[in-house]
Amino acid sequence: MNIYIKLILTYLKLGLFGFGGGYAMLSLIQQEVVQRHGWITLSEFTDIVAISQMTPGPIGINSATYIGYTITGGNVLGAAAATAAVVIPPYILMLYASHFVRRHQESPIIKGVFMGLRPVVVGLIASAALLLMNKENFGSETVECVKSILICVVTFFFAHFTKVHPILLIIVAGLAGYFIF
Amino acid sequence: MRNIYLRLFYTFFKIGAFTFGGGWAMISLIQKEVVDKHRWVTKEDFVDMLAVAQSLPGILAVNFSVAIGDRLRGFKGSLVAALGTILPSFIIILAIAIFLTPDTIKNNETLNSIFKGIRPAVVALIIAPVLSTAKTAKINAKTVVIPIAVALLIFSGIPYISNPIVYIILGGLGGYIYYTWRLGKDAQGIKKKN
Repeated sequence: MNIYIKLILTYLKLGLFGFGGGYAMLSLIQQEVVQRHGWITLSEFTDIVAISQMTPGPIGINSATYIGYTITGGNVLGAAAATAAVVIPPYILMLYASHFVRRHQESPIIKGVFMGLRPVVVGLIASAALLLMNKENFGSETVECVKSILICVVTFFFAHFTKVHPILLIIVAGLAGYFIF
Repeated sequence: MRNIYLRLFYTFFKIGAFTFGGGWAMISLIQKEVVDKHRWVTKEDFVDMLAVAQSLPGILAVNFSVAIGDRLRGFKGSLVAALGTILPSFIIILAIAIFLTPDTIKNNETLNSIFKGIRPAVVALIIAPVLSTAKTAKINAKTVVIPIAVALLIFSGIPYISNPIVYIILGGLGGYIYYTWRLGKDAQGIKKKN
């Protein structure tokens, strides 16, 4: 099968079955591109994850762009094809879901479902925060860890109690990192 | 910027360009831009849209931008917002793939120390919306066990039990059953009074 077709089919599948966003999608991506197709090695995959953490944007897009480009022998079209493929199925589903919800806003089913979903969403965000409180984000040595916690606490204070824009907080945290690490 | 399409694109481009650490870190930024600054949707709608975006497969940030764009200007709006979210990472990753090798980025000491500062800040930017969405979702002393249990069970890492979809389904189903049960009880109450 043509590499482009394989690439597009794989990323269509990843878009359609990637639940839970970001890091939850990672193991699924790894299964497909490393184990199943052997397009890249495990260490290349780890590299892509590392780069994704140092570049902005959703990790699903980052990996699609990078892998699409590399496995087609450095073709921008490959990057565009994989990125479009991972986005389009959920895009269509999301449009349908938004329209459906808006049309049936007043129905007891939708009202009830959302009443139950709201506290779950809060829990999901909290779980994402818990899962990120690890060695990769806070360092493994004591001094590094203390500095990281300090940055986390100060950022939280400004994010929660003031109106400072989160983008500014990220920039300041990056500058702080440059000077103290 | 008068044009709403340009504003949508610019806003989501900015969100896409400054989100490190995946979709969840975007929530703070999206909330700031879409709810506080532009007032495109209310706090309540924001939580509900988050619920839909999270319940569907795909990339959370893209799903969310589609919902907002569609709400404001239909299909065209969703297209512009989604492109805005996707393009920054597409361009940057492509530039890295074309001009650099992964090692030059990974082993750059300056970048490494900058990111050691950014990562714990990103965690803080995910903790902050936990509190603000809890307030919007009107979580009280009784219902607070739901988010706590959900967060801990997903965090546990136990196969199946740590899968977020389980709680989306249970939450939706539970909410529906509770709501209809309460409607039924209210109706009975009205009958008794009469």
